Amino acid sequence: MPMAADEIERLIRTGIPDARVEITDLAGDGDHYSARVVAESFRGMPRVAQQRRVYEALGGRMGGALHALQLTTATPD
Amino acid sequence: MSEANAKIDEIVQSNDVVLFMKGSALFPQCGFSARAISILDHLGVGFETVDVLQDPEIRQGIKAYSDWPTIPQLYVKGEFVGGSDIMMEMFEAGELQQLLDEKQVAKA
Repeated sequence: MPMAADEIERLIRTGIPDARVEITDLAGDGDHYSARVVAESFRGMPRVAQQRRVYEALGGRMGGALHALQLTTATPD
Repeated sequence: MSEANAKIDEIVQSNDVVLFMKGSALFPQCGFSARAISILDHLGVGFETVDVLQDPEIRQGIKAYSDWPTIPQLYVKGEFVGGSDIMMEMFEAGELQQLLDEKQVAKA
């Protein structure tokens, strides 16, 4: 079952309260998304750790219900 | 250590640069794997690939091995570097080249 963009956003925001989340539906099919997650709490964390936090927020859906999520993480400028 | 884990560890430790992916370098079976291959090709580095679609144990096991839920996964000199998004970010920032230089990985 594909996931809706606002559901992805909600999960990430719930897991990472200070995150600013932008979701793009890449193919317009409700199945291929890109997400950009910007959070102050990422500061000082290596990229792998930042992305792990997002994956944790998605609660095991990554690689399952969410097959195709292109993910970038950053800290605010 | 499970059998799959031991097998993965052996692959990771015995190759300087190894990509666990869907499909082969010539015929990637997924857009993310294709992107990872094109980055490695650009860097001109020698690398091995493991097609997880050929081995269900490795396909599941690699996710536990690195505590990372997606494929592809890149390892350099025994260390997990990241998936295709991290590879792309690092490549664009010149950090992937830097990592390979620092670890003295041979050119292809």
